Amino acid sequence: MSEALIALHNITFAYPGASRPVFQDFNFQLLPGHHIGLIGPNGCGKTTLLHLIMGLLRPQAGRIVIFGEEVNKEKDFVRVRQKVGLLFQNADDQLFCPTVLEDVAFGPLNQGKSPALAVQIARETMDRLGLTGFEDRVTYKLSGGEKKLVSLATVLAMQPQLLLLDEPTTGLDEHTKHRLIHILKNLEISYMIVSHEHDFLNHTVKECCRVHGHCCQPLPHRAGEEPVSTCKKTVSAPGGEY
Amino acid sequence: MHRLDPRGKIGVAGLFAVLIATAQTYTTILAGLALSLVFLALAGLPLRKVVARLLVVNSFIFFLWLVLPLTYPGDVVWELGPLSATRQGLLFTGLITLKSNAIIIILIALVATVPVITLGQALQNLRLPDKLCHLLLFTYRYLYVFEEEYRRLVQAMKIRGFQPRTNLHTYRSYAYLAAMLLVRSYDRADRVFQAMLCRGFHGRFYSLRTFYWQRRDGTFLAAALLAGAVLFCLEWLKPSLG
Repeated sequence: MSEALIALHNITFAYPGASRPVFQDFNFQLLPGHHIGLIGPNGCGKTTLLHLIMGLLRPQAGRIVIFGEEVNKEKDFVRVRQKVGLLFQNADDQLFCPTVLEDVAFGPLNQGKSPALAVQIARETMDRLGLTGFEDRVTYKLSGGEKKLVSLATVLAMQPQLLLLDEPTTGLDEHTKHRLIHILKNLEISYMIVSHEHDFLNHTVKECCRVHGHCCQPLPHRAGEEPVSTCKKTVSAPGGEY
Repeated sequence: MHRLDPRGKIGVAGLFAVLIATAQTYTTILAGLALSLVFLALAGLPLRKVVARLLVVNSFIFFLWLVLPLTYPGDVVWELGPLSATRQGLLFTGLITLKSNAIIIILIALVATVPVITLGQALQNLRLPDKLCHLLLFTYRYLYVFEEEYRRLVQAMKIRGFQPRTNLHTYRSYAYLAAMLLVRSYDRADRVFQAMLCRGFHGRFYSLRTFYWQRRDGTFLAAALLAGAVLFCLEWLKPSLG
């Protein structure tokens, strides 16, 4: 079996001041080439899980192994962020440059690419997402759907090996949702989507799991529907045996 | 005028602002005012807008007219009961009025015609402290977001029947509104920073924009320097000539 892209071992995490931890002895792993949908009620820790992977939050206990390397310090996570892209829930948090082109080129520039190359990558990424001609648009004047697609472009421009999407469909119309589905289906990298929309997940991922305090439970079927045979058990059971 | 390199325009505006601000004689300042009108004519701005802006500035200066002539020591020219206006006071206030208007007109013609985004990049290019330029750009980017947030909060108050009155409830609600805006801004700043970290930000901004210095910029700068030299001679060399 190939090595997990992400493996969380016995993670304990609690927000400061919270009465009980979000995760206690939490175990999870994502295998290469897999597309997973994360579901669960509000506040169950879906976003927290993504932020732990990106190193925006640090667990109180446990080990995080990403691309086979254990990550602990900020320095380690800086490397992780070069390879893992996170699409934030709110595009206004993600887009901060005045113009679209600058925002999309921001990541490649941080990766040390020359301005000319960064612009080229940015343009290519935008073309791929159907955002040709958006270069000089002002980010805050974009529509909600455009903001979301541009945000995705800013993440993909860094050519990540893994993509994490935090409720990407919030506030999108059907048309933009379909564009997003089309884009995701054509991606050649692994991704994980946090979403409440089963319909969207049905189109984009093969497995779904429900986030709990101890593990991500693979979802056998949904209420009132036929069992989803595509949701296989690929993530760890409680106790975390690999 | 609008095709000129913004760096040149900013430099020239700065030069004249300093010259006019430090000048003490009516001759120099009137010459400066004439010059500012030339810039204004070259910029070809709608006069109505310019006058509206000037009215705002002059409404502040109006208060100077109420106070300064009456409190400045010198020869009394006009008396009303215990109040007395001095000739020196009137002259001094007139000087301030002309100075402010000349400088504001120059800024309107040269700096306000540059889009804020370009302004930030030009300032960065002129080696101004990065922090100041980022402050300008981020303020501009998120001003709209905060305004929107403010509107949403006010709407939320309105739809639940809030009407401002002179009572404790109103003051408390406004205090909550202000506090909520502050907290939300802080949270948003946090999330924006996280999103930047995820895209490999490590404390440095790279600019995509390159400014091109062209012949017309050189001509503009040379003409401006010449005019500046004339102002300088009027102010500081005249006494030695006379």
